[in-house]
Amino acid sequence: MTGRQIITDTQNTWCPGCGNFSIQHTLKNVLTKMEQEGRSLDDVVLVSGIGCHAKIADYLDINSFYALHGRTIPVATGIKLGNPRLTVICCTGDGDSYAEGLDHLIFAAKRNIDITVIIHNNRVYGLTTGQYTPTSPLGFKGKSTPSGTAEYPFNPLELMLASGATYVARAYTKKMDLLMKLVLEGIAHKGFAFIDVLQICATFFPAADYYTPRVYELSDHDPTNFASACIKAREWDYNSDARIALGTFFTRSLPCFDDKMAVHESEEKDRKQAIRELLLKRA
Amino acid sequence: MKDVSVLIGGKAGDGINSAGTLVAQLLNYLGYAIYLYFDYPSLIRGGHNFAIIRGSEQSVGTCWNNVDFILALNNETIEQHRDKCTRETAIIFNADLVKSAGQGIPVQAILTGEKAPAIMGNSAIIGGFAKAAGIEWDVVEAVFKAHLPKEVDLNLNVAKRAYDQVENVHLVSKGIKPPRPILTGNEAIGLGMVKGGLDAYVSYPMTPSSSLLHFLAEHQERFGITVVHPENEIAVILMALGFAYAGKRSAVGTSGGGFCLMTEGLSLAGMAELPLVLVVSQRTGPSTGLPTYTAQSELQFIVHAGQGEYPRLIVAPGDAQEALFWSEIAMNMAWKFQIPSFILTDKTLSEGTYSVDPAAISDDQREESPGWSGTAPYLRYADVPSGISPLAFPGMKDAVIKVNSYAHDEAGITSEAADLVVQMTKKRLRKWEGLAEEMQQYPGINISGVPDASTALLCWGSTKGVCNEIASLLGLRVIQPVILSPFPVVKVKKAIAGVTRLIAVEENATAQLATLAGQYGIVAEERILRYDGRPFSPDDLLVKVKEMMV
Repeated sequence: MTGRQIITDTQNTWCPGCGNFSIQHTLKNVLTKMEQEGRSLDDVVLVSGIGCHAKIADYLDINSFYALHGRTIPVATGIKLGNPRLTVICCTGDGDSYAEGLDHLIFAAKRNIDITVIIHNNRVYGLTTGQYTPTSPLGFKGKSTPSGTAEYPFNPLELMLASGATYVARAYTKKMDLLMKLVLEGIAHKGFAFIDVLQICATFFPAADYYTPRVYELSDHDPTNFASACIKAREWDYNSDARIALGTFFTRSLPCFDDKMAVHESEEKDRKQAIRELLLKRA
Repeated sequence: MKDVSVLIGGKAGDGINSAGTLVAQLLNYLGYAIYLYFDYPSLIRGGHNFAIIRGSEQSVGTCWNNVDFILALNNETIEQHRDKCTRETAIIFNADLVKSAGQGIPVQAILTGEKAPAIMGNSAIIGGFAKAAGIEWDVVEAVFKAHLPKEVDLNLNVAKRAYDQVENVHLVSKGIKPPRPILTGNEAIGLGMVKGGLDAYVSYPMTPSSSLLHFLAEHQERFGITVVHPENEIAVILMALGFAYAGKRSAVGTSGGGFCLMTEGLSLAGMAELPLVLVVSQRTGPSTGLPTYTAQSELQFIVHAGQGEYPRLIVAPGDAQEALFWSEIAMNMAWKFQIPSFILTDKTLSEGTYSVDPAAISDDQREESPGWSGTAPYLRYADVPSGISPLAFPGMKDAVIKVNSYAHDEAGITSEAADLVVQMTKKRLRKWEGLAEEMQQYPGINISGVPDASTALLCWGSTKGVCNEIASLLGLRVIQPVILSPFPVVKVKKAIAGVTRLIAVEENATAQLATLAGQYGIVAEERILRYDGRPFSPDDLLVKVKEMMV
């Protein structure tokens, strides 16, 4: 399909000032660009989890699988294995993929399945009205932790580097040009692409005043160097006060899971023959 | 009727299951229908493993207590199975390890003489058995050549040495049937799903479903399927649903504990109307329970699993032949109605080995939902009278395919509008009515034994075999529903016409089928239940039924 309206006419219910608008707008531009480059949007699938971010499945007029909380990545993996010609993009939250479905995130990185994972990391549960997530800072006062959390956040970039992700990047919803560049890179990357997007939650974690003065774009960084990627990823631990690097931390080329798992489908008559042969062998 | 039973036992790691399968093939070549029961504890080395192989002129699916032969690789086999011996039982044993009456085989001396490795000791025992049973040497040769993966000649030499040292003691006469394929229940399920167009099998290992994963993984090239073993059962079912969305016929396999983890994905399949086949092989619960022993205790769980209300097909085949037949149907119905479709099995069926009749295997059928006309906009959940919306898959030109776990409109966009929720619930439930009607064309229920007897045994799944055996001795009717959802209420009511005593025979503690049937006004107040992980033996059941009938 060409020239399609990329935004549906579904009523948008994100809060004013929500960082999700930036991600949606970026994806719209990305899709438009892909179409201009001659790619059919019929071959693109968006998979979302559950949470504020996931409403993007209703708002973007492309193939979508509005899945379960934490379960975007296994769905996306199945879709990619089922039809490797498809471009599969996961929009998932920090509650989604860092808490409920962390196992799937780690295994997708380990497998190097060719999908792009965009984490809408607002560091708070929004739709359930304000509880801490795995990336909320220590002492975060949410509705389930009124005296502040007793646990440190983990650093998702470090986790992804340790898990074998072949593309690791961080973006910020108030730096939309870079966000667009990184999403395009992630989609173009042959293999598992991970983009942690620091996203403003206007209602429960309006952290723009914290992020904006601290963020900077990586330069003089060799993203093919794993050791420097680890050092850069550790510069800010999602808790202590530090400069926050944005951009591509790491990229490398490795064979993809979907290529390795590819099985030639057999013709119906060959299948019949295979069953006959097997039965003969058992007699 | 000609009927022969052979018990072979040893410690875990002795290769009892494969040796048992060779014995089964010997009987198969003699013209018997086969049933093999394999019993093993949950460990890798040590412990007592045994297989009982029964050959009969008729199809069988159970083993009587008494056996005609005991093949003992260790002393424990003799000690543990004394109660299975009669005066006629012939005992063949490894003379290096076992002290017993019967005929001992000097296994180590034979192996040394042939410079053969220790694992070939089983061939010596099998050679000894063949001679004791009066099986001609050319049959042994044919079976070894057809069914040993490697080193056939050396194995034959080992077997021949033992063959030449043993006397004929218990002659097994030739049956009437030509050799037929023998399959485990799990293999039959795999083949049935392949016949139904399986593209991808996704599974996390869990006994007693694992052998299905192994079978399909081993033959994935042959069948042209993708086999994936992901991080856990949650990923398993979600990946399978991803395959289905992409247009690929997928199935998952597990046991009760793994299925617990799958229930959120099951409910998603119900809401998103994604086709999926689930193989659940029951073992003794609750929780980890007895991993390698049988049960029929997940029927009520599977009937009700997953939040919300949506249609599902549940079939519970009773032997390998039925497993082959119903697994293909389960796949086709999943795709015809866009629903989850269950193949409910248990350890006894999954890991039991049965003869199947290749002539009774039908041509492959492929049934599917109506396809999309190609006129945009595509509505994934078009509210058509049948409730079955036309299917399109990503990559199709101009189709925007939106599936959704939330309540949604016809286009798949989230909606919480009350009238729409009712409309879409009704749409999904109409598929249940359609499915019930569709299933009318299949037998769905087996009636055997004496069809007009006034006392009937009500059973399901693998207990079919033992119930049939008892029914033919006592002149009872056997009623075995294979379709358990949508429950074939009319057929079951017809099947019990004239029955004055309906006795439920189940391998669980609460009579789950009887409870289910009770909801439809079919009352089986008398119950014979076994829940120690072991399948009913015909001996036990015979006594219990007789007691009840006094």
